[in-house]
Amino acid sequence: MNGVLTGWLRGRLLAPVLAVSFSALLCGAALLVSGDAPWTALKVMVSQVGQGTTAVDILNSAAVYYLSGLAVALGFQMKLFNIGVEGQFRLAACVAAIAGGAWVLPPVLHTVVIILVAVLVGAGWAGIAALLKAYRGVSEVISTIMLNAISTGVIAYLIRPDTFGVLEGNNISTRPIERGGQFPGISLGDKGTVFGMVFVAAALGFGYWFMLGRTRFGFELKASGESPTAAAAGGVNARRMTVLALLLSGAVAGMVGLPELLGRDFAYTLNSPQGYGFTGIAIALLGRNNPVGIAAGSLLWAFLDKAALALDNIGVPREIAVIMQGVTVISVVIAYEIVRRYELSAQRRKVASEASISLGPADAPPSSGPPGPSSSSGPSSGPAGLAGNPSEAR
Amino acid sequence: MTTLNPAAGPAPATVPAGPPPKRRIPGWARGAGAAAAAVVVLVVTSALTGQHELTSSGTAQAALRLLLPILLAGLGGLWAERAGVINLGLEGMMILGTWGGAFAGLHWGPWAAVLGGVLFGVLGGLLHALATVTFGVNHIVSGVAITLLAAGLTKYLSTLIFQPTSHNPRQSAPLTGFDTYSVQPLGNWLGTVEDHHTPVLSDLAGLLRGVLTGFTPLVLLGLVLVPVSYWVLWRTRFGLRLRSCGENPYAAESLGVNVYRYKYAAMAVSGGLAGMGGVALVLNPGQLGYLEGQTGGRGYIGLAAMIFGNWRPGGLLAGSALFGYVDGLQLRAGGQAVHDLLYGASLLAIVVAIAWALRRRWLPSVLAAAAGIAAYAVYFFTDTVPREFATYAPQLVTLVVLAVAAQRLRPPDADGLEYRRGSE
Repeated sequence: MNGVLTGWLRGRLLAPVLAVSFSALLCGAALLVSGDAPWTALKVMVSQVGQGTTAVDILNSAAVYYLSGLAVALGFQMKLFNIGVEGQFRLAACVAAIAGGAWVLPPVLHTVVIILVAVLVGAGWAGIAALLKAYRGVSEVISTIMLNAISTGVIAYLIRPDTFGVLEGNNISTRPIERGGQFPGISLGDKGTVFGMVFVAAALGFGYWFMLGRTRFGFELKASGESPTAAAAGGVNARRMTVLALLLSGAVAGMVGLPELLGRDFAYTLNSPQGYGFTGIAIALLGRNNPVGIAAGSLLWAFLDKAALALDNIGVPREIAVIMQGVTVISVVIAYEIVRRYELSAQRRKVASEASISLGPADAPPSSGPPGPSSSSGPSSGPAGLAGNPSEAR
Repeated sequence: MTTLNPAAGPAPATVPAGPPPKRRIPGWARGAGAAAAAVVVLVVTSALTGQHELTSSGTAQAALRLLLPILLAGLGGLWAERAGVINLGLEGMMILGTWGGAFAGLHWGPWAAVLGGVLFGVLGGLLHALATVTFGVNHIVSGVAITLLAAGLTKYLSTLIFQPTSHNPRQSAPLTGFDTYSVQPLGNWLGTVEDHHTPVLSDLAGLLRGVLTGFTPLVLLGLVLVPVSYWVLWRTRFGLRLRSCGENPYAAESLGVNVYRYKYAAMAVSGGLAGMGGVALVLNPGQLGYLEGQTGGRGYIGLAAMIFGNWRPGGLLAGSALFGYVDGLQLRAGGQAVHDLLYGASLLAIVVAIAWALRRRWLPSVLAAAAGIAAYAVYFFTDTVPREFATYAPQLVTLVVLAVAAQRLRPPDADGLEYRRGSE
């Protein structure tokens, strides 16, 4: 029993722990080279969490990252790379802000309508890539990158003062959303206000887990990602699944901008934050498409973001946090690959030794007996290994 | 669109006379024909709309400068993908190149900047090779991670090293760039012809003058690298082996090719080219120096230009010329000129429709005609293209081209697949 448990723990935890410690080591070395004490830097970062609104800021921005990570992970489940979460979320936030500012509806309905608009716009923008992929065979990677750029232009057009924008000082912005449309948060006094959307994000995480693990649709989605041929043989319409997966991914992506829009900014401006979509890719990778893992990844990311602000006080460039984020992602994917290969070969050895016992030593198969990672699994190292156990090994 | 639906047959074209100086490449006649067609469409549009900026020397010059980083990134993508590695880290390697180029350029001048940027790019390329080739990490995942890492690393390094001299963590002190060169007596003469505004002649002179004046050695180097890449990849033993790793690594392995080594070599070249693309931005005569975020997604555009060009150097040049031209045009003359370009697009679509009709392919013909009429309708009913859309016209064009032609494109067969020695 004990062996099974440690084995499970090893499969789950070894890779991330390895990766995080490796990147911490590397950043420590970088700090040492530039003449700063890594230990002080870490201490300052940890103690920063207790200061002012930092803890709540971390939670709030983790919610944003979580939504973005979920959106990317939904595509990953089907081996679709939705690089376009960035454009989807920005366009959705912009259109939702315009709609929310233009219409006046009863309080709860107003919020719901804004969220619906965001979801529809996100799904619609992803839908372009979905249709191109399903019916014209255009790689979603390239089409979503193009759509990201185009969305920047569309947004700039939409919030021009002569279309839907208003000029406020030096900044162009959409008409602010009135109180009835805002999503109330939980105020913790001088510790800050937790966005209400944080709970929506958590609920979506549960929905993600339920859909993938407990519904037929989720099973078909994962199956088409793991092996399109097997899924097709099982009667799954691959084209339909591609479109649905990207639409769902886009729908969730549409909500990425909402925590800040409905909880803090109430309008979309030219300076509204960018880059959450790309962060989402990193976080989905960190979390291995697992809802709990994504949550851990987004909290880590948000911690590095917010706590690093304190580094300026001791004269350390806070960009060291960005390096740590980048290194962590690369080491997580490499560490998982190494652990996967290690377990695969361990399993192979085990099968080989069992076979040699039953067959007798003379007939023992050569070391190349069990098939290697089948090439049909394509990027098998990628985001597919949800459970982390090498399911392809027979 | 012309580059993908070229007139069939290897009709030997005469001297190539387009904004991208074509060299002898396979299907070079085809390329020259496409370039000539593009020039003809521009000249006719310029004459019919009276929009001289379409063919002015300033536009051509701006296009050439803007083309360069995209071209180099695209060449980087070409080398990687021909060896079977999808390189989505081009953007990151370009970012590394901007920093490395600026650092070396600040200390030792422009040629050192080129070297420094290439070196930094190579490092990025080797990291991508380590992750994808040695550790078998998914190529897109690794590329995204490298882009993130490169952005973080350069941010950190520029705060650490550039800030003391520039007093701004986001940029470096200004660099000394290359001198610009012109093919002189000819350039001035073309200038006088351009200023006369004689319909066809001045347009041709303007385009030619833009290409022949005010270029830097780096522009020449970048353009020369297109035929060089072609020659190495398609005309040498090394290139054949490298491409075989991208088409069928197991077959290559069975013939004794060390696939890992070739993939590493390809990734080093790929990273170096992307890094040089970064240097092209840093040494852009308009704005010399490192500036955070100055790559602005050009690595991705380079990748798109490569796909647009069907994984071939000549097509890639055409793709980057398209991006560079639209970009340069909207920078020089704004939405008005891009609006007039719509007129040219509708002309082009009608020509394509007739070409298809002559070959009795009715569906594409009708579609092209419809697109042409739609473009003309937009041209007729609007006065200008909003600046915001004009900027992103290249991306829109790429999407349309991909939607129309994706099934005619042929990537290397084993592009993006994991290869492990002896597993098949």
